[in-house]
Amino acid sequence: MKYVMLIHEPPTVVASRGQGPQHPYIAAWRAYHNALVEAGVFVGGLPLKLDDTATTVRVVQGQRRVQDGPFVEAKEQLGGFTILEVADLDAALEWAARCPAASYGAVEVRRVDEDSHETIVRK
Amino acid sequence: MSPVSDAQRAVEAVARESYGRLVAFLSARTRDVAGAEDALGDALLSALTSWPRDGVPDKPEAWLLTAARHRLVDAARQAMVREEHASTVALVLAEATEVKRAGAADPTGEADDFPDERLKLLFVCAHPALDPAVHTPLMLQTVLGLDAARIAQAFLVSPATMGQRLVRAKRKIREAGISFEAPSERELPGRLGAVMEAIYAAFGIGWDEAAGAESRGRDLADEAIWLARVLRDLRPDEPEIRGLLALMLYCEARHPARRDEAGRYVPLSEQDPERWSAPRLLEAERELSDAAVLRRPGRFQLEAAIQSVHVDRRLTGRTDWAAIAGFYAALLGLAPTLGARIGHAAAVAERDGPAPALLLLDDLDATAVRSHQPWWALRGHLLERLGRHAEAGEALDRAIGLVEDDAVRQFLLARRARLPRAGG
Repeated sequence: MKYVMLIHEPPTVVASRGQGPQHPYIAAWRAYHNALVEAGVFVGGLPLKLDDTATTVRVVQGQRRVQDGPFVEAKEQLGGFTILEVADLDAALEWAARCPAASYGAVEVRRVDEDSHETIVRK
Repeated sequence: MSPVSDAQRAVEAVARESYGRLVAFLSARTRDVAGAEDALGDALLSALTSWPRDGVPDKPEAWLLTAARHRLVDAARQAMVREEHASTVALVLAEATEVKRAGAADPTGEADDFPDERLKLLFVCAHPALDPAVHTPLMLQTVLGLDAARIAQAFLVSPATMGQRLVRAKRKIREAGISFEAPSERELPGRLGAVMEAIYAAFGIGWDEAAGAESRGRDLADEAIWLARVLRDLRPDEPEIRGLLALMLYCEARHPARRDEAGRYVPLSEQDPERWSAPRLLEAERELSDAAVLRRPGRFQLEAAIQSVHVDRRLTGRTDWAAIAGFYAALLGLAPTLGARIGHAAAVAERDGPAPALLLLDDLDATAVRSHQPWWALRGHLLERLGRHAEAGEALDRAIGLVEDDAVRQFLLARRARLPRAGG
């Protein structure tokens, strides 16, 4: 089954961005990513630029409304996402607990809705 | 202190101490654990309203038993109307009579000394007909009264999932007619083993949780120790129970030394023995020597013996690795778990050096260890000692990628950073 981990990071670890590969948080992430790949569960995923660079778009009555900033303002921001292929939710939660962000912020685990995806992409 | 909060505290205290005894007694004949829990839950709720008003009864446990029994009789009568569960009705009514008879000798008219059926309930929770994964959660809920949400949190599953598993297990106990009788002597070793495994699993979860800065995990480890003490009092002649209790007490005793003042992880070999809890060590030593007298060694006694050698450093200033390796070798003969094999390799490394230990690690099943953090951490340590720094770095990286506890992660990162550059 496919799961997505949404990585929510507090400002303290967001500050580690751009600190170079030796920074403990970045080094931990590199090791974690490698462990995911070696275990054969990594499907995809990427870090995101910080939420002060986010732009949110809505179309209201045909009018484009563009807002500077993220859709949801929170102390912890969505710092990235990872897609996993694992046997079940318990396995996904095990990997989420190992994620370095789980020790500082929060990792939200959501199962991919493959049925809806199937319906949408069906020719 | 206001009388309200005093009464509330009294309800909490009796719930904490007596929950399992009451559930066990109320469900022993009906096999309806869920029904007994509901009835007790109702009784605790009415205690919360009436005790602050009328004062805490002299025998709070008996009060709760009577109230819960009334609920059960009511529920049974309603079921009789629906002509369902006829046998349950008969059992509840028979039990009510029995409790009344027991109470007749008591001037207050309340049975205070009802039989302790917790051992039977523990055996039911760890029955082979139930999924082993539900043994520990069931025990935590029915014997200790922990709620499904708290248990779910400990087991890293959603509250809804945990709730369903528990409901399914309790339905099976009732519908499949799982016996509340203590197992026969022939069955006893296996059945007792399942009970001890479930208690140890609760401890392990508490231990892992406690690794974090939060204190919530401490309770679960304490609860497991409490369960083991109950089990020991019920079966004092069983050395493995004492071994299990000793093992958990040794681990708990070292708990305060596992972090330094700054919250950094301190490995066992670098812990300050002054920071180990002396009373817990004393109790552990006593349990282990009481077990040894019975001359029936087992897995938990061996694991406790390994801990006992470790804590001897407090007195001797050194660690007898040959003794530890010997206990591990004996343990592997009984229970060759992954953890025991890695522990054995670590002890062999201290006794004979890193090269033979590395061979032991390489001998383990590659799939089983692929995402097993302790295997990678020890491998990294051994490779470092062999001067194979590039490989040591790779192994430490894997361990870092698999660790959950951030303090251990920081410890491993520091070790990784200390390695000389490859080729240097």
